Amino acid sequence: MEYIQFAVRRLLQATVVMFVISLIGFSIQDNLGDPLRELVGQSVSEEVRNELRQEMGLNDPFFVQYRRFVVNAVQFDLGNSYFFKKPALQVIGDKFQATMELVIGATLIIVLISVPVGVYCAIRPRSLITRVVMTLSIVGISVPVFLTAIFLIYIFSVELGWMPSFGRGETVQVGGWSTGFLTADGLAHLVLPSISLASIMLPLFIRLIRAEMMEVLETDYIRYAWAKGLSTNRVWFLHALKNTLLPVITVGGVQFGTMIAYTILTETVFQWPGMGFIFLEAVNRVDTPLIIAYIIVVGLIFVVTNTVVDVVYSLVNPTVRLVGQRQ
Amino acid sequence: MALLEIKNLEVQFPLGRKTLQAIHGLSFDLDKGERLGIVGESGAGKSVAAFSILKLIARPGRISGGEVIFDGQDLALLSQEEMRHIRGNRISMIFQDPMMTLNPVLTVGTQMTECLKAHRDISDSDAKRIAIDKLAEVKIPSPQERFGNYPHQLSGGMRQRVVIAIALLTDPAVIIADEPTTALDVTIQAEIMGLMLDLCRDHGVALMLITHDLAVVSQVTQKICVLYAGRLAEQGPTRTLIAAPKHPYTRGLVKALPQQNVPGTRLYQIPGSMPTLDDVPPGCAFNPRCSFADDRCRREVPEPRQIGTHLVACHHAETVAAA
Repeated sequence: MEYIQFAVRRLLQATVVMFVISLIGFSIQDNLGDPLRELVGQSVSEEVRNELRQEMGLNDPFFVQYRRFVVNAVQFDLGNSYFFKKPALQVIGDKFQATMELVIGATLIIVLISVPVGVYCAIRPRSLITRVVMTLSIVGISVPVFLTAIFLIYIFSVELGWMPSFGRGETVQVGGWSTGFLTADGLAHLVLPSISLASIMLPLFIRLIRAEMMEVLETDYIRYAWAKGLSTNRVWFLHALKNTLLPVITVGGVQFGTMIAYTILTETVFQWPGMGFIFLEAVNRVDTPLIIAYIIVVGLIFVVTNTVVDVVYSLVNPTVRLVGQRQ
Repeated sequence: MALLEIKNLEVQFPLGRKTLQAIHGLSFDLDKGERLGIVGESGAGKSVAAFSILKLIARPGRISGGEVIFDGQDLALLSQEEMRHIRGNRISMIFQDPMMTLNPVLTVGTQMTECLKAHRDISDSDAKRIAIDKLAEVKIPSPQERFGNYPHQLSGGMRQRVVIAIALLTDPAVIIADEPTTALDVTIQAEIMGLMLDLCRDHGVALMLITHDLAVVSQVTQKICVLYAGRLAEQGPTRTLIAAPKHPYTRGLVKALPQQNVPGTRLYQIPGSMPTLDDVPPGCAFNPRCSFADDRCRREVPEPRQIGTHLVACHHAETVAAA
């Protein structure tokens, strides 16, 4: 029962956040440029414009317009893209798959590398490898994504010619989802963009996991685990790692959202046909409905991942639910 | 021959250019089923001594000399793997704060059975049965249910009972208890101490009780070692050590016991405080606080001498005993 209460409370909080995001999104629509100019161009007379404005409800008070916006939004209608002449959500949705695959690729790289490397650096803090990794991670954090991306393209596509430098390559349809994971060409196209997207978060996570693990290794319960005569592997990989990963899950959830934001840069450099790429184009074209759709979709992803992380965290960490119960 | 013999133990902590010596030439022994108290102020080296027996001193500390002989084996000669089978199997430890000792993300059951499985070839169901029996033995109500609980679902006293149950799981020869009741509520302290005493007696386990509380050790142990600034001050049978201390420091500690004071009067206090490791005065470390101190005490470190049943490290032990 308590668990359901906890989940329900988190969902309500998520709804409030989405409400605020929608308000921000709508304010942009209300203030950014003149929709009519984008729709009809310069040649239409002022009377016709006013008539259209009245017809579209653009002269209505703010809250009437906002209510209409929310009512439409919950029915998955965020208006039509001026440029594509299609529903903005549909345009975003088509590109969502490409972005998600890129983010999943980067997440895989981050998880598979940061956990073992971070743990190693915590267990062997004085080894040469640890020092090299720690130094490199500082460099990694400081180099911007677009620079990493350009370097990767220069080395692996231009000089060595091993990897494709742009696009998604060959994709196959799996139940309405076009994926590049199932073709060799699609995977090859995924490598460089995933690495460059992962490049900012990876050093961060290695350092985070190392710092957490080193702290955990100093705790009484780890000394106690040694005193119980447990094997080294059990102390490190069960007693210490489980406690290390708890805070990392929280940070990971937040960073997952941030990573979607970073895709704007990566997708642009690699001409990756995803949401971020389309968003930059929309900004250039002042395609307001598309901009808002992007903001709301990304906001929704943020909220959903954070809610999921909170709920998952409470499953992994037995003490969290108790705190909730006491409130 | 004693079960556990510590001979001339030296422990150092190299810190940058300086090396701090936490323990100087400490010797004591523990017979089978015997209960020994190690008494001293914070920083006297009690816990370091305990951890060095299991070779678990926190880095950068290291044993720089002496021997630890357990059951006829020199522990310094054992491999890591052989040492692992001593820890938690032949020699168990109970830590100070039960809130911090148990792993917060593992159930009580997991933390019990893993200890058995680390040292015995045993099935899951047998391990579980033994664990639940031990929980019942330390008087935990509904042990079946507690077995599946996480530590945060138990009170401090309950957690310390769990830790005691874990210590007893493998039928060890020695239990080292490092301030086992300090972090507990005063009302539970006596209960837990009584429980430990009973269990050690029933199972014939030797107990090494580390504490700063002379009153507690005097009720539980047969022998007491008093440490001061990393050295032995005095060692002897509990009864005579409390009744007739021969070291000025022990004398001060005994005088400071509330039981020794007339109710309503101010409690006795030893003047000054124990020096930190990097600030130990020359000669006897206790000399600045000692009313018996003379020039020799400020010059010469007193070696422990046998006086009657006591081992005393004081130049003026005879005078102190007579005073």
